[in-house]
Amino acid sequence: MSSTDRVPHNGHPAIHAEQLRRHYRMGETLIRAVDGVTLKVNAGEFVALLGSSGSGKSSVLNLIAGLDRPTSGSVIVQERDLAQLSREELASYRLHTVGMVFQSFNLIASMTLAENVELPMRFAEVDRRERASLAREALARVGLQARMNHRPSELSGGEQQRAALARALINRPQLLLADEPTGNLDSHTGTEIMNMVREFNQQLGMTVVMVTHERALAERYAQRLIFLADGKLVGDESNPAVAAATATDYAGADGERR
Amino acid sequence: MKLPDLTELALRNLRESLLRNSLTTIGISVGVASLVAMLSLGIGLQELASRRLMKSGLFDTVVVTSRRDLRNFGREEERSGLAPGESRILDEPTRQEIERLPNVLEAYPDIRFITELRYEDKPHLTMVAALPSSAKSNDAFEGVQGNFFSSELAPEAIIQKAFAEELLGRTPKPGIDETNVKELAAPLLGKDLTMRYAQRETAQTASSAAAPDKAAPGDQGLAAAAYSVVSRELKLKIVGVADLDPESMRGPTRARVFLPLALAETLHVMHPTDLREMSRAASDQPVYSSVSVRVKNPSQVQTVENAIKKMGYNTFSILDASRSIQQFFKVLDVFLGIFGSLALAVAFIGIVNTLVMAILERRREIGIMKAIGASDGDVKRLFFAEAGAMGILGGIVGVALGWAIGQVINIGTNIYLKSQSFPPEHFWSVPWWLVAFAVWFSFLVSLAAGLYPAGRAARLDPVQALRYE
Repeated sequence: MSSTDRVPHNGHPAIHAEQLRRHYRMGETLIRAVDGVTLKVNAGEFVALLGSSGSGKSSVLNLIAGLDRPTSGSVIVQERDLAQLSREELASYRLHTVGMVFQSFNLIASMTLAENVELPMRFAEVDRRERASLAREALARVGLQARMNHRPSELSGGEQQRAALARALINRPQLLLADEPTGNLDSHTGTEIMNMVREFNQQLGMTVVMVTHERALAERYAQRLIFLADGKLVGDESNPAVAAATATDYAGADGERR
Repeated sequence: MKLPDLTELALRNLRESLLRNSLTTIGISVGVASLVAMLSLGIGLQELASRRLMKSGLFDTVVVTSRRDLRNFGREEERSGLAPGESRILDEPTRQEIERLPNVLEAYPDIRFITELRYEDKPHLTMVAALPSSAKSNDAFEGVQGNFFSSELAPEAIIQKAFAEELLGRTPKPGIDETNVKELAAPLLGKDLTMRYAQRETAQTASSAAAPDKAAPGDQGLAAAAYSVVSRELKLKIVGVADLDPESMRGPTRARVFLPLALAETLHVMHPTDLREMSRAASDQPVYSSVSVRVKNPSQVQTVENAIKKMGYNTFSILDASRSIQQFFKVLDVFLGIFGSLALAVAFIGIVNTLVMAILERRREIGIMKAIGASDGDVKRLFFAEAGAMGILGGIVGVALGWAIGQVINIGTNIYLKSQSFPPEHFWSVPWWLVAFAVWFSFLVSLAAGLYPAGRAARLDPVQALRYE
């Protein structure tokens, strides 16, 4: 992988959330899903959002992904405040700046893997011929070139998540957001997926924010662990083991995996 | 998203729920078919009526009469414009003047008189009219048995079938028009008719006497015309029997026996209006009670009529009659269209229902598309494309279906007509503009039906949609 593939960093934090709140009403009660979260994520960082279910970690991720809008506060990504963007601009932000993977893969069942991977390029109006070769390339990168014309239901969970990763990366986003990416996978397949995510983080320089409730997984891959409870930030610690490993030269890390 | 991608995705989505989308499309087809069926029936009936009127041969004809004439058609022009005293008489120079007007093919005098015709020594009293040779190409003589006049001056006659029946002593059954003209013509063609008529013999003598009571002011001088009336006989050979009535629009003055125009002019038949017209004639130029003007194209009838009115004559054309007929058909078309559209309205609801169901079913898919970067517009356009595709498809199938229904009804009706010994008729017409209109209309209706579902799909909250299992 050449160095030109790396996402350029300009010194600003990739993500800067300030007093972020997301409240919504459910009947009579007001739910404070996110309640005053302030955090910064540096470009190229691999961060894990940890917390029990209902802690607000997925809500924070959705706000960063531009899928949802904050009730108050701001999320600044690449110097743009998502709260100020129009619906159209948010869609473009999701299309070009963010790649997402989900616990339930979220591939479109009626489409083949190649078509699924091509879909974001259709929205980005990429030329048809270029699209096909890029999709092939992306699927080859995750080892699915032989499964291109299969539908998701014909694949294992791990294969589906790999296809989802290929789709998330197809428009070369700077941010990879993963919501419990290994939640539906056995530990061996989960490791395989996580290694890929780490590879993208290290080789492409992508900023990764991963939501998980598994502390062990987070400790193994993330440079920083952020803890949430009841919509509030309750802990933010760097993970020296991973941070140190990342600091070593990439060639060494590559060589170790091969 | 680009249009080819949009179309591709829309068609793929339609194929995914094949049964439901097919049923919806069939619903649209039935709606379009009923609309096409109704409208083509309306158009077909209108064409049939027009064809019938065209065959009367008077669609491109303007009848000109003098304002002084006793005959009037009860038209308002009688009261406006020139007073009767100032108006001009309709004579040969005028006829030539009219013939020189732009867009006029010919102007021929209307020679008609009631006289006695003897066939096998039995007298028959009927109206006789002169026909110009141009009438040969007239549609009115389409069904003629025998021939047209051999020459302009030939002592020949074409008789109308009702008169033929009279000559043969047959009485048509009332109500049913099933006369076989061929059968009627066989014993009559080539036979002689003896026409008895009163000839006016003009003697150009010195002035004054003729009709002093008619010397109104404004006359173009008082030329005297004295004449005597002589009884004559002329043998005519029956050369043709006409099925259709070439003068169907003339009402009470319509003729049943026709002579060549040039021959009729040489006869100088005494005419009731001669008494007063001749008294005012400037010369021995013939004076006519009416002149028929043939116009190049029915669309120019109005212009020619106006030009002749300016010259100071009354005019009448079938255009006035056909205008009200056209109006009737417009109203009929609207009514048929409304009934046809009812089925399309049901199809409209069907599309809305199908697409709303599709949103519920594809909620998650819409959420995924939004999560990976689809804009509200992309989602909206996708649903529009699906609705539009069903509309175009339904429209095409519907037109074919409507056409087929029309054919079946047309064939069925003609079988019935045949069993009642009526000639077959084509009263069903699907013009190309109707095909294009139906498909386009179906497309628009479908897009309109997609409006609400597409808007709803576009507004879908992706977070909610992705949570939904």
